[in-house]
Amino acid sequence: MITFSLNGDSVSFKGDPNTPLLWVIRDDFKLKGSKFGCGAGLCGACTMHLDGAAIKTCVLPVAAAANKKVTTIEGLGNPEALHPLQAAWVKHNVPQCGYCQSGQIMAAAALIADKPDASSDDIDQAMSGNICRCGCYPRIKAAIASVAGNSQSYDATAVEATS
Amino acid sequence: MSAGASPGIKRRDFLRYSSFGLALSSGGITVLAAAKTAAPANSLNPYVMIHDDGRIVIAAPNPDVGQGVNTALPMIVAEELDADWQDVEVILAPIDASRYGAQFAGGSLSVRNRWDELRQMGAAAREMLLRSAAQQWGVPRVELTTQPSKVLHTPSGRTASFAELVAAATEQPVPADGEVVLKARADYRLLGQRVVNAAAADIVRGRPIFGIDVSVPDMVYATYVKCPQVGGVPKTANLDEVKALPGILDAFIIAGNAGPPSFDLRKSIHVAGGVAIVASNTWVAIKARRSLQVDWDTSAASTDDSRAIEATALSAAGRPTGERDVKRLGDPDSAFAKSSSIVSGVYATDFVSHAQLEPQSCVAHATSTEVEVWTSSQTPGFAQSTLAKLFELPAEAIAVHQIRGGGGFGRRLSNEYVREAAVISKHMGKPVKLQWMREDDMAFDFYRSPAYFGLQAALSETGELTGWRNHVVSVSSDGEEANYGAGYRGYNFPDDVVPNVHISQTMVASKTPTGAWRAPISNVYAFAEQSFLHELAEAAGKDHRDFLMAALGADKWFKPDDLASLNTVRARKAIAAVTQAAGWGRAIPKGRGLGLGFFFSHAGHVAEVAEVSVNADRQVTVHEVWVAADLGQIVNLSGAENQFQGSIVDGVSALADQRISIRSGAIEQTNFHQYPLLRLPQSPKINVEFLASDYPPSGAGEPALPPVAPAICNAVFNACGERIRSLPISRAGFKVV
Repeated sequence: MITFSLNGDSVSFKGDPNTPLLWVIRDDFKLKGSKFGCGAGLCGACTMHLDGAAIKTCVLPVAAAANKKVTTIEGLGNPEALHPLQAAWVKHNVPQCGYCQSGQIMAAAALIADKPDASSDDIDQAMSGNICRCGCYPRIKAAIASVAGNSQSYDATAVEATS
Repeated sequence: MSAGASPGIKRRDFLRYSSFGLALSSGGITVLAAAKTAAPANSLNPYVMIHDDGRIVIAAPNPDVGQGVNTALPMIVAEELDADWQDVEVILAPIDASRYGAQFAGGSLSVRNRWDELRQMGAAAREMLLRSAAQQWGVPRVELTTQPSKVLHTPSGRTASFAELVAAATEQPVPADGEVVLKARADYRLLGQRVVNAAAADIVRGRPIFGIDVSVPDMVYATYVKCPQVGGVPKTANLDEVKALPGILDAFIIAGNAGPPSFDLRKSIHVAGGVAIVASNTWVAIKARRSLQVDWDTSAASTDDSRAIEATALSAAGRPTGERDVKRLGDPDSAFAKSSSIVSGVYATDFVSHAQLEPQSCVAHATSTEVEVWTSSQTPGFAQSTLAKLFELPAEAIAVHQIRGGGGFGRRLSNEYVREAAVISKHMGKPVKLQWMREDDMAFDFYRSPAYFGLQAALSETGELTGWRNHVVSVSSDGEEANYGAGYRGYNFPDDVVPNVHISQTMVASKTPTGAWRAPISNVYAFAEQSFLHELAEAAGKDHRDFLMAALGADKWFKPDDLASLNTVRARKAIAAVTQAAGWGRAIPKGRGLGLGFFFSHAGHVAEVAEVSVNADRQVTVHEVWVAADLGQIVNLSGAENQFQGSIVDGVSALADQRISIRSGAIEQTNFHQYPLLRLPQSPKINVEFLASDYPPSGAGEPALPPVAPAICNAVFNACGERIRSLPISRAGFKVV
């Protein structure tokens, strides 16, 4: 049996310890925010935090999460308020289809936790593992830059939506 | 829509919703059958329902796969209803042609097709509220007007909210089309503004709103293994071995149809033969694929080799004319004979996959009398009709629920995965979720067709374009008709503008399935024609912008009042605007270049300029792209900008290094390591300008894609002097960095 913390709650999993964490979270714990995109750690749609680090979970055996803290998009921020990145995502009207955005936000949240004033290069580097097939990259970058407080490094105002 | 809090749905509302559709902000996919007869309480028409607490529910009729129509279409209703957008809650409409007409996502048609209908629906609902207030207050209707979400009687200052009036308003007769006056554009409060996507709050919280997230009681999980050689069918498989694995509920062969599937969306009931593995959860099913061994019958399968197809096609395209004539205008032979110079170029593009980020999935529950499916199809109506045909059931026995899709780009137009799920469910006697792997998605796509063009142009002594030949080489499965996306596009520019034109065609055999990939046909023609026009400008010693403006010919709307036909006035305005924005003609450092492309498709006149640099290692950096477009009026400015930005990223992504190759009928690429998509650091700065326009709105999802490739390839030429005539540009050793 594998025990880990899921969004602050202690949980345990009795199945195959090689099951990728993504499928344990989606099928067993019924949290559907983390997505399946490639199954090979190439697109980042499945990104969660493992002890605070952004990890691609479609190739991570659940055994690797034993006694660690797993945070999914559902555990970001708190029930009353959106995480600043989630709010920035809405303000910049980032999503098109939205399928990759849980993973994008989790990757960005790990960056901002590590580097609250992330530079343009920091953002490029931290986000290069997450594919957005719809091509929302200009807005993803603008949203992160607005939270990092260096909007001047990128044209963040041009795409803000007002309602 | 408020960004911070999600209203959710209270229990007492469930029954009302059940007859109205699926809630978008429900905190979960609510699995409710669409009752097709009972009208919901407080509903003024199929699109507008108003709650006592002030919430105004607007039904979004068409599937949203990222193109933003679940926001744009309700905005149109809300504008004419004069609803405060903060009060609006968007729900997904049930699939029901009797109330919602054709519900599909394709051809950038959602806004264009529904513009009149939805304005009328919003205005009619508003009129019913107004008449209801007039009756209650005993005042003339003409003394009443609306402010957002309320009716106002100006002489007395009396007001009532829509919620207060709606119960009585439902008793009002529905006004006829001629009885309501639509708003003047100057009175719009909402349309043309930047509005946040109605699903954004759910998306950023990771709420389960996608096809892959659907869950129904007693559901089991399936994976489906098909023959890598497209069109092969299973003979035998080690089913007993697979069934013995822990967690496996069943494994069985579906004989299916031999041969590659057809892209005939209305008629095809093709189900590829394969082996279904059904398990207690997704991972157990996936893992069992490793133990499966299948002996395939490939007698009817594709034997395509993409290298051989290309060699044959390029050889044919090198000839100035093809096997059959398609079009002759003027006297092309004499125009070429009299020309001062002739320019030739053979252009080619490869097979391309959609690679939408959400692999295909479908939840289906099929019994001997009914089929119910939950899916992110772009054509849920065709899912319904083809399931009825496949299972030999009446249409009423098939229920299809639309669910948000994780990307479409044309991939979700076909419903073969829906049929697979239904067939597996019927065998199991249970609801089944079929989940495709990324590898399935890449191996069994309806690809963007390769296209080959032998282009020739005649130039006069003064550098005017006097003759145009295009030898279109098309892949064809039967030697008669071009496969989808490979044929002659047949309209407007340059073909109907140049005085002397000869279009001919040659067929090359290919059985690999092809289909609609964002701006189908337009995307490959734009690359070839708009790059070649730049070649002609160079040959004529003229500025590309000036040459293009002149080549468009006289001011002309080809079919007046048909938005789908070229208007050269609008075209020139877009080209003028984008070249001005980009500083066309400014001094550019060595190794850098500006390139221009224009294309008219999907009723959108779109011009783009790209600024690139090319270094000695053939690394291409796309620094900035400017786009100017006349799309008519803009519905959601932020949504349209997002579509345009995404189209340009998609264009760069596809031209950089996306190609599908085929050997012995099987696709060679399996996942993103062999089929790269653009990443954030490579994404250029993008400047979007929509021209002021009084034309009705047209769709924003596709028309900005076609000009990207020629603008960038023309910029590469201007940066380094090398002409790119084949996509992706990685084939010539260029790398987008």
